[in-house]
Amino acid sequence: MFALSDILQHRFAALKSSADFWSLRHVQETRESYWVRRRVAQAPSFVDDAGAMLSVRIAGVEAYAATSDLSQAGLQAALERAEQMAQVLAGHNLLDLGSLLQPTEQSDDVMPGYEQPLAGATHWFELLMAESALIPRDARLVDSHVGLTFTCHEQIYFNSAGARLRRAQRYVFPQVGVTASDEHDSQSRSFGGSHMARQGGAEVLQQLGVIGSAARIADEALQLLLAPNTPNGSRDLLLMPDQMILQIHESIGHPLELDRILGDERNFAGTSFIRQEDFGHYRYGSPLLNVSFDPGVPGELSSYRHDDDGTPAERHLLIRDGILQRPLGGALSQWRSGLPGVANSRACSWNRPPIDRMANLNLEPGDKSLAELVGGIEHGILMSNNRSWSIDDARNKFQFGCEWGQLIENGELKGVVKNPNYRGISARFWRNLRAVGDASTFEILGTPYCGKGEPNQVIRVGHASPACVFADIDVFGGAA
Amino acid sequence: MGARQHFSELLAYLQGQVGGEEGFTLAYAAEVSSFIRFNQGQVRQAGQVQQIYATLSLYQGQHHAESKLALSGELEEDLTRVQQSLQRLRLILPTLSDDPYLRLNREAWRSELAAAGEPLDAAAMAEQIVSAGRGLDLVGFLAVGPQYQGFASSWGAFGWYAASSFNLEFSLFHGNGQAVKSAYAGEQWDVQAFARKLDVARQQLDFLGRPAKSLQPGSYRAYLAPAALEELVSLFCWGFGAQALASGGSPLQRLFNGKAELSPLVTMEECIEGGLAPAFTPEGPRQPLRLISQGRAGERLVSSRSAAEYGLIANGACSGEYPLSLRLHGGELDEQDVLQRLGTGLYIGNLWYGNFSDLPAGRLTGMTRFATFWVEDGQIQAPVSTMRFDDSLFDFLGPQLEALSREPELLLPGGTYGARQTGSMALPGALLSRFTLTL
Repeated sequence: MFALSDILQHRFAALKSSADFWSLRHVQETRESYWVRRRVAQAPSFVDDAGAMLSVRIAGVEAYAATSDLSQAGLQAALERAEQMAQVLAGHNLLDLGSLLQPTEQSDDVMPGYEQPLAGATHWFELLMAESALIPRDARLVDSHVGLTFTCHEQIYFNSAGARLRRAQRYVFPQVGVTASDEHDSQSRSFGGSHMARQGGAEVLQQLGVIGSAARIADEALQLLLAPNTPNGSRDLLLMPDQMILQIHESIGHPLELDRILGDERNFAGTSFIRQEDFGHYRYGSPLLNVSFDPGVPGELSSYRHDDDGTPAERHLLIRDGILQRPLGGALSQWRSGLPGVANSRACSWNRPPIDRMANLNLEPGDKSLAELVGGIEHGILMSNNRSWSIDDARNKFQFGCEWGQLIENGELKGVVKNPNYRGISARFWRNLRAVGDASTFEILGTPYCGKGEPNQVIRVGHASPACVFADIDVFGGAA
Repeated sequence: MGARQHFSELLAYLQGQVGGEEGFTLAYAAEVSSFIRFNQGQVRQAGQVQQIYATLSLYQGQHHAESKLALSGELEEDLTRVQQSLQRLRLILPTLSDDPYLRLNREAWRSELAAAGEPLDAAAMAEQIVSAGRGLDLVGFLAVGPQYQGFASSWGAFGWYAASSFNLEFSLFHGNGQAVKSAYAGEQWDVQAFARKLDVARQQLDFLGRPAKSLQPGSYRAYLAPAALEELVSLFCWGFGAQALASGGSPLQRLFNGKAELSPLVTMEECIEGGLAPAFTPEGPRQPLRLISQGRAGERLVSSRSAAEYGLIANGACSGEYPLSLRLHGGELDEQDVLQRLGTGLYIGNLWYGNFSDLPAGRLTGMTRFATFWVEDGQIQAPVSTMRFDDSLFDFLGPQLEALSREPELLLPGGTYGARQTGSMALPGALLSRFTLTL
């Protein structure tokens, strides 16, 4: 762990710069992926990535240079490229960052169990093949996969103000999916799609319940193939946690990103229907809605002590009793806007700069069991596991689709329906939140795939949520 | 050391290390990229990234595994990293089971293209962009610099691609929040050409100042500009892949199983000439393919793995089996006649955030974004507030497709996830007699 720390610290200390401030952020990431498709083990894949980003500030102008050459000469050359960029662009810069404070802390942030070694490829392939064998041999089951990805991520940050921040984490991402198809239609069912990832080790597989799930998933794919389409019309909507996290991500997380509100993302990821003046009083949802930025949940995908700019990370409620409190904005965005924020300045790797991102964004549990949630619905539908998502550039008009639907009539779960979709408008949708599940319905999930930024970045975000009920939502099925 | 020499030295080293029953492939991807973001007409964030990645795959019999590693550019250091990866793969190969679908292309082939462009000055471009955009709320992103891709195998394959290019995507925002988006990309920066692009966008900005028209959900005549059509085609073009078609995962399965057709106006090809992607993939030299011919299914993209699994013939498609240089043939609609032929309806400049409402049925959804106008009697009347569409490709590229514009526009990818994308699409605009809006 932190094998290059001493060498990098020595090299950082030896860098020569006339900048007012400079920093080095080194990332080393190793990844191993194992995959079985249609009962055939695929070639294992290994990734060893490492590099450093050197950032400078000269007369209020910042610039960066990233390099995979970690020699003294390579780091010095990168630092000089960043200095040159800052000097050439002086006078054209949007922001004068001369008064932005810099971190000075020294801290290590190591995930519990990080140094506990994982089993080797043979073990994982045996496990995946056994899981794959649970999928029955049925001609309609035309495709299946079972996969595992382990990623070890170590980051070391130094700056010229004396900070030294080190972080070591491992991420576990299991996947199971089955597609059933006949001459008329195809339906897929999966183990949480791309939303079942956590920090940890082999124990995560048990915690998430992936072992032994393939038979159920295959059966549900076949059920969907035979199921009628979701009927069109207005219904109460019960979203399970594996869809709630997508709903939270797209229509709370992204619109609360402060760099979007400040206009940085207007050319690509978009803007927000939320304005700077909305914080502190805007009614985002019903009084049942409480949403936290919580970097301290053990095992959640984006738990950390400091963000990638070195700001200490703390839990904050972003929405309290339905009222908007604070945005997802790191130290720079807070400085620009004068708003309070959170420690969410994050970069996906050494070759991309930190920007405002989600981290762990969670919806706090309420007081209803799942039976009570279902029992309280007269005419509704349960939807589970996202398969399609689309939302406008202000994060307002959305349409989401799920793998699994079950109608609810008079407080009872009824038949399975396929192609369950729903659409709405963020600014109204959360105000229709009518019931929130208790801790027994609460699940800690997360996705490795959140895209944003120019240059583009894909980053890991954690989400945890109970099941929730929304009143009078426009639902509809597919064309088939 | 130049990138090509670096790649060649790594290859020579591996050729000396790997022999007997072993074989290897080596893929190489490097870039030196300046990235500059703009907001409010000024530079918001700027930097440079130098990165080199190599992917080594080792084969022995029906066993194989791959290792991707970041390289420093310093040969001695990099040879050590490659050697370590090789040892790791050697240790793991005997523990793997046979891969029955391993049918690697073991032919010797050679493909080399190195564009000799002038060095590009990102800082000078940024100064010109800031200067030209003075007084405008310009938001954008400039990516500049050389890119290198290589592929070689122990069986004699050798491919090399080097190009230096820039890609500027920018938006101009009106004070009312409406915006127009444009792009300028190429190998030689011409400040006059950029000024012309900016002028065209600025003219559209004038229309965006008019009070926005709110539409009700329903069906409308519509013209999709090439950039709007790109969002739709990007959504379904991976569906030409043999695996997706065989495994129920393709939105084009109804087309390829003969249960649906598109308009006879639709002919699509995967091109080699005229595109900007390398002429090779790790599967070998790419082949020109007629994917849709006058609305009917044509060839599919077949990797060597799918060929083995489904009894097909491989055609040089990459392992992901998506097109790299897709071209939709143009039609008979002249650009200057677009508004007149549209008459009354929607002129849609861009679509955004597409996904599937019902994948097997080819039903797509997404949003309008940037420069979408309401047109009456061939005259632009007003910008349109953001609307959601939900429609089937078998309708809007089927009976509802009235005409395609004459000249397909070359659209370069602006994506920079992990690395700057290569490849391209050439698409005309599409005049539709009906396009369905839902929210």
